Amino acid sequence: MNPRRKQRLVAFSAVILVVGGAIGLMLYALGQNIDLFYTPTELVEGKKGVKPQVGQRLRIGGMVVPGSVKRVDDSLAVSFDLVDTGPVVTVSYQGILPDLFREGQGIVATGVLTAANHIEAEEVLAKHDEEYMPPELAEAMKGIKHVKPSEAVYGDKG
Amino acid sequence: MWKWLHPYAKTERAFALCSKLLPWCWGGAALGLAIGLVWGLAFAPADYQQGDSFRIIYLHVPSAILSMGAYSGMAIAAFIGLVWQIRSADMAVAAIAPVGAVVTFVALFTGAAWGKPMWGTWWVWDARLTSELILLFLYLGVMALYQSFEDKQQGAKAAGILALVGVVNLPIIHYSVEWWNTLHQGATITKFGKPSIAPEMLWPLLISIVGLGLLVAALSLYRLQSEMIRREMHRPWVQAMYRQQEGQ
Repeated sequence: MNPRRKQRLVAFSAVILVVGGAIGLMLYALGQNIDLFYTPTELVEGKKGVKPQVGQRLRIGGMVVPGSVKRVDDSLAVSFDLVDTGPVVTVSYQGILPDLFREGQGIVATGVLTAANHIEAEEVLAKHDEEYMPPELAEAMKGIKHVKPSEAVYGDKG
Repeated sequence: MWKWLHPYAKTERAFALCSKLLPWCWGGAALGLAIGLVWGLAFAPADYQQGDSFRIIYLHVPSAILSMGAYSGMAIAAFIGLVWQIRSADMAVAAIAPVGAVVTFVALFTGAAWGKPMWGTWWVWDARLTSELILLFLYLGVMALYQSFEDKQQGAKAAGILALVGVVNLPIIHYSVEWWNTLHQGATITKFGKPSIAPEMLWPLLISIVGLGLLVAALSLYRLQSEMIRREMHRPWVQAMYRQQEGQ
């Protein structure tokens, strides 16, 4: 390779490395702010030593505890518990839940923290996993039989 | 080792190579997309959780993978164009960018259309969605920079540097779902280990990915040829080709 080409090769490789390194450091520094949501554990025990304050607007993501969904018959009000590995956080919500909302399903809720482990949500989104399989296989493998939300019967009717 | 590549630095030879590859790409794309999409959209089983809505995966995943694949190709071309100053590589950057931008837009659009019924929202500013949107802006930036110089060689240089710098976005897109918690789910097939999708759903998906890949290749090669003719209109080889076509 002639020297001028070599010089350019080094220069442009350096540009990529430097810019890549700079952006990497930036993302590392911003790390926890890029997270879309708090997990229930982070909400209750704090995330890297910082606990969210009551009254703060935030997002929480976790799994709906089976049997914890309480609906009110004459309105759209609903409350349910979220869990990841530790503490449980209760979410109250008024509105239409997404189709994928089920007990045992991962969800992400946006709202205001009204007590240490209670959130008044204004938006509830469903999060699904990366597994796709036909219904028969799901039933055979995991013992899961999903029913449409419209046909679901929840354990505890409020 | 790279000696066999040297002749293709000549635009004329690269043009001939494109002509040779094009019919294969068009044919493969038509075949792959026809089989993959019909199989996926009509015959593959419905998902246990999402029912028939999950079928949009057969458009969403191929376009998302190809949005990154096309960008890698464009960045490699940009690197070659900048370091070895090969004109056909510069032209390849300009040829791939709009194709990649369209594929990225399709990925974002099908993702939004999938997100609304499943997640409950068209858009959320999580790391995966945002970084993919940045990819679209990178493509648009490369296109704009290339066009904004009177001297095409200057334009190609500026666009090439942007394309190169933007490469850092690719690992960010791919690993965003692992590094941060996001609404978007993790990788299904582009990961180590067994894909978490049933085989009868996976096959049509893989075939669609290959089909769309060949379509992107075909469109890029076609655009590359046009770009070569446009920029070398006054060169003898283009003139000779033109006269030959006239003569027929």
